Amino acid sequence: MIPMLRRILRSGILTEPPPQAVAEEQRELARLGGEILRILGRALTIRQVDAGSCNGCELEIHALNNPYYNLEGYGIKFVASPRHADMLLVTGPVTKNMEHALKVAWDCTPDPKLVVAAGDCGCTGGVFGESYASCGAVEKVIPVDVRVPGCPPTPLALLRGILAAVRRD
Amino acid sequence: MRFFGEPLEFEKQAGIGSPVWRGRAASGAELQAFAVAAHRNGGRIATLWGEDCRQAGEGFSLHVAFGLDIGHAWLSLDLPAERPAYPDLAGIFPAANRMQRATRDLVGVAHEGGDQRPWLRHDAWPADWFPLRHDSGEGRGFANAPSDYDFVQIGGEGAHEIPVGPIHAGIIEPGHFRFSVIGERVLRLEQRLGYQHKGVEKLFIGRNLAEGARLAGRVSGDSTCAYAWAYAAAVEAACGVSPPPRALGLRALMLERERVANHLGDLGALGNDAALAFGFSQFMRLKEDWLRLNARVFGHRFMMDRILPGGVALDLDAPALSAVVEQSEALARDVKELRKIYDEHAGLQDRFATTGAIDSALVRELSLTGLAARASGLVLDGRAHRQGFTPPPPWTMLGVRPASDERGDVAARAAVRFAEIFESLRLLREIAVGLPDGAVRVDVPPLAGASGLGVVEGWRGEVLVGVALDGEGKLARVHPHDPSWQAWPALEHAVMKDIVPDFPLINKSFNLSYSGHDL
Repeated sequence: MIPMLRRILRSGILTEPPPQAVAEEQRELARLGGEILRILGRALTIRQVDAGSCNGCELEIHALNNPYYNLEGYGIKFVASPRHADMLLVTGPVTKNMEHALKVAWDCTPDPKLVVAAGDCGCTGGVFGESYASCGAVEKVIPVDVRVPGCPPTPLALLRGILAAVRRD
Repeated sequence: MRFFGEPLEFEKQAGIGSPVWRGRAASGAELQAFAVAAHRNGGRIATLWGEDCRQAGEGFSLHVAFGLDIGHAWLSLDLPAERPAYPDLAGIFPAANRMQRATRDLVGVAHEGGDQRPWLRHDAWPADWFPLRHDSGEGRGFANAPSDYDFVQIGGEGAHEIPVGPIHAGIIEPGHFRFSVIGERVLRLEQRLGYQHKGVEKLFIGRNLAEGARLAGRVSGDSTCAYAWAYAAAVEAACGVSPPPRALGLRALMLERERVANHLGDLGALGNDAALAFGFSQFMRLKEDWLRLNARVFGHRFMMDRILPGGVALDLDAPALSAVVEQSEALARDVKELRKIYDEHAGLQDRFATTGAIDSALVRELSLTGLAARASGLVLDGRAHRQGFTPPPPWTMLGVRPASDERGDVAARAAVRFAEIFESLRLLREIAVGLPDGAVRVDVPPLAGASGLGVVEGWRGEVLVGVALDGEGKLARVHPHDPSWQAWPALEHAVMKDIVPDFPLINKSFNLSYSGHDL
């Protein structure tokens, strides 16, 4: 226990400000954090749905929970069921084999709901496009509010996209 | 060259990549006899794929690569256009089961007998339409109905099923798991995959070499360097080109950084799944630092599109190399401290120890490679020397010491990750300091009609890419193979007799690729 506490103390709070971030990125992160707290003031729950990605986008979505971006610190939480979610964060392209499951997840998300399409493939189909196996962009299957391009989008870009979707509300 | 006294003649593939011997079987019976001999002699099935060669006036081809002590034996079998069928190999190598079913679904090259259920084909296209045949067209406009699957049923008093997925309760790729349980105890797990199938192999057809590299780097995002290198190695072997030594060093630098990044993330997630949030935040913080240096030095957090046929897309200057060395030294200190905390944490070790165990006999039977195999006592690593096997450059001179553990449980897979991080950090320092001077890329003129197989030891295990060029030097067929093909069935065994709540932890300890498998 003691080595763990020592390590925690020595690590300190990394969220604000992140020690090795580029200065500009650091400011942007602080600004976004402030804005998220102001707009939400409470909590936003997200159900992430991988509808066919190469798993690159998932790596960056995972990073949102690391101490630098500390998404939960803003009251934004990933939840296990679409029934508990305000927002679907969908990566793609949407495969034909996931088309049905994605529609069901969307149906299960209570109104009013937001959909963010993450990554080049989620936005446009990306390198995979449309084919016998792929429906392409997320918006081909369910309505999309905000698109976050990138291959994969950085955690900061994802944060901006989540915020943009909430602002529209 | 002949193997095991079998009559088949093999010839060594050109180039400096991982050693591959190529041969042709005259009949299905010859292929089957060779598979039996390979199995008897401790070999494994590495990959299996089909190819439509009718455009060249031939029929179909079946390609099977076997992993042997001295490298890979790549055996091809010509099949008639009117009836492309071959004898079932899953009775010899169980890992062939899903590969054969996928080959039938995609190319219509079918195994005779054995498990005939569809695998990658759900109901998005009809059973008599094959996407990888040249005359099959685009295949748009098929009705897409949700499909049923013939799961094996468990009967008896108190037995019931828990269906999970395709969407899982987390930030994970989709797949379906069907648990048959009595109370909390898992009697059987059966997976149904294919939800990530986005038609990658069809997309390769007709592309040029550079476009192919971009696609290969997106087969499984967490292994982008391994796939890009395996693809480049296959193209280089086919076209008779050797990348310059500096390019090989830089590739190794990227591959090892990819390995470390993934291991850091997994160790954090393993802590989290055992309710040690401390481990998650510590490791994810280290991973973030690591990715940020990737962005600074390689221009991309995951180093996508940096490995190309003929070499690499960028060079590192002296300050960049010393940043890599410094970070490796700092990380070694941090991870050493965290390993001690993990090792001494009773709650964590209680969850890890004996959970999700598989033994080395099973690992051999399932043709498993990589981290999970090494954690069950099978010391097999394509970067390391072993009896009869010399790894390709740049590993030849680096003396890679493969990690291993005998226990085969979650604790062992965590321990192997720790050990591999330390070894990779040592390699990173060594590669960065000893990086040879010179060019980082050479031209690769496409050689019409040529083919090659690339093999790379990715962080999960052995990644293979088979490449065939057409008469114009464009890609005629590319087959990427993820080590998850062999490891998914091992996971089915690992959860047996454990309880349902242990599944997330066991699953995480393997951390397999859905996208790399579903293609």
